[in-house]
Amino acid sequence: MHGLKKVVAAAVAAALVPAFAAAQEAPPLKIGVVSFLSGAAAGPFGVPARNAAEIMVEMLNAAKVPAPYATKGFGGAALQMQLVDEAGPATTQVTEFRNLVQRDNVDVVIGYISSGNCLAIAPVAEELKKLTVFFDCGTPRIFEEKSYKYVFRTASTATMDSVGAALYVMDMKKGKINSIAGVNQNYAWGQDSWSDFEASMKKLAPGVKVGTSQMPKLFAGQYNAEISTILAAKADVVHSSFWDGDLEAFILQAGPRGLFKRSTVVLTTGETAMYKLAEHIPDGVVIGARGPYGPYAPDSELNRWFSKTFEDRYNVPPNYAAYQMAQAILGTKAAWEKAQAANGGKRPDTDQVIAAFERLTFDSPGGRIEMAIGAGHQAITETVYGVSKKVKGKMTVANVKRYPASAVNPPDGVKAADWIAGGFKK
Amino acid sequence: MSVEQLLAVLIDGIIYSAWLFVAAVGLTLIYGVMKIVNVTHGSFYALGAYAAASITGALLARGMPPSLSYAVLLGSALLVTLVVAPLIERGILRFMYAKDEVVILLITYALFLILEDAIKLIWGVSPYFIAQPYGLLGSFDVLDLTYPYYNLILVGVAILCGGGLAWMLNHTRTGKLLVAVIHDTEVSRAMGINVERMYLFTFTFGSMLAAVGGAFTAPTVSVVPGLGVEVIVLSFAVVVIGGLGSLPGAALGAVIVGLVRSATIHYLPQVELFVIYLVMAMVLAFRPRGLFSLAEARKI
Repeated sequence: MHGLKKVVAAAVAAALVPAFAAAQEAPPLKIGVVSFLSGAAAGPFGVPARNAAEIMVEMLNAAKVPAPYATKGFGGAALQMQLVDEAGPATTQVTEFRNLVQRDNVDVVIGYISSGNCLAIAPVAEELKKLTVFFDCGTPRIFEEKSYKYVFRTASTATMDSVGAALYVMDMKKGKINSIAGVNQNYAWGQDSWSDFEASMKKLAPGVKVGTSQMPKLFAGQYNAEISTILAAKADVVHSSFWDGDLEAFILQAGPRGLFKRSTVVLTTGETAMYKLAEHIPDGVVIGARGPYGPYAPDSELNRWFSKTFEDRYNVPPNYAAYQMAQAILGTKAAWEKAQAANGGKRPDTDQVIAAFERLTFDSPGGRIEMAIGAGHQAITETVYGVSKKVKGKMTVANVKRYPASAVNPPDGVKAADWIAGGFKK
Repeated sequence: MSVEQLLAVLIDGIIYSAWLFVAAVGLTLIYGVMKIVNVTHGSFYALGAYAAASITGALLARGMPPSLSYAVLLGSALLVTLVVAPLIERGILRFMYAKDEVVILLITYALFLILEDAIKLIWGVSPYFIAQPYGLLGSFDVLDLTYPYYNLILVGVAILCGGGLAWMLNHTRTGKLLVAVIHDTEVSRAMGINVERMYLFTFTFGSMLAAVGGAFTAPTVSVVPGLGVEVIVLSFAVVVIGGLGSLPGAALGAVIVGLVRSATIHYLPQVELFVIYLVMAMVLAFRPRGLFSLAEARKI
């Protein structure tokens, strides 16, 4: 009988162990992910970013991401992703954000491509005291005009893209630039991009003339008149921070009109269109990727893993929006786990994660990211530019130049415009 | 203000006006006959662009001579409209004609949202490109500026649409019946005109014009979800300036908007964002029913 009791006891114990272990397992974390799933920005930006989020969540939950991110989820807790479409006006996004926080009780929100949406969401995140990580939007105004406790941005600002572009064209043309022109979308991103580029060029090439600065409406689609004015300006360099369908329409309309032959054209987000529109982009167009992403990403184990996993699943290489989404998730994981370690291995609260996130340095497929400015809430990275070059019919980049983070980002506490006007002092 | 620049303003303005007119003229026709402010017009523009991009792209990939692509662009627009427009008119709109104009406006808005999602279901959210027809014909120089000949095709399509519509309304039996319906639906019905059939024809034909606009725009843009949104807003501005329901009004509205926008981009780009709406506000301040509004007899 005793033997039987022992067997039963052992069986009961064996049955209870997994249940006990499950009870001990950290409850899942809910992350709200916001990206364009419809509208003109979905194809080139929103969907690749969503795809990257899906891969990262799945791989983190399966603990299949290479070091230093090999632990499951965030600090052992599995991730549950809730997707929200970023399409629609900023008022809609504010409502959706409130829904994520107050109705769905997400632990962290990671998202936002549009600078306009980021500017609208930041104060609401602060009001609701919810950790919010912007992954892509570029306007430098967010941390320049206000300081936020709950908001972080793991991608660099438009200042880096604009200053990097100015440095690159000066290198490329050996300083011989007499005139510039611009075509940028008429909202925060386009305006900030152009003003930083124009100011940088005026500093780097004193006396440079501005032929024209065109600011068409976002998603305008028809650019014949703008292209005419730029052609007439005969500028040495034409700058554009166009993105999404606008960038693609601009390339399709500008090519047959000879703009790429007449001027050196800088497309600061050109990487998102360079493969799709390879036959319409001639050699010599300056291509940006908003940082060290895509063809400019460093050769690291993390990057090899990310680009291969992404391409194997979606049959296209990840573009910079995908890189930036992966970067935001990994940055949040790094902060979360640093906070958890400081909390004796227990799940950290929001304040502890924020303390760990501020001035954090972490690795991403795009290289090392430093949360160095905006009082530790805004990332800086190196940036990279090159020119389009077809090799055996395949689009590549050539004459690639890398600029360290400190050369293309203002120091902490200094506004981008002041830093540029002051001569880029470190 | 050089002659070159004035010429560029004129050419850019005409190209933009042509595009606007093709996109907007169907809207004014449908309003004129059916008294419907038809928001689905933007959906047909997008459907035309998607159908043209996918069908032309598929045929080009299968070795179709590129020179045939212009006919395929047109054929795609006609095909998609002939399938979808009668379905919407017979399936939904005909049950709503007795309702208030505002209710029908809301119904067409709902249909617009449904069609936007249907487009995403069918074509996905990734962009479509069909750029070959744009550069195929080469380009011409005007002083120092280069323009693709394709832009002349757009102007030609606009002239054909406007001229053809005017001819149809004034010189064909169907056109004359339509004019009668425009003038008075009840009397037309009493005189034996099959008004329902006229409505079906008008809705299909008006939507077809939007689809043709979308199809011929497709080679110059990235065909993406949301394509119809911008167009419907601009089209309303054009037809409101010209006078809802007026064909010459739509033409004049398109020319005014095109030229003013072009001049603004060349001379004062800072105000381009709102100049179209400024023109609209100014016209409506002096002519609340638009430039070509007709005096209406009061019905008691």
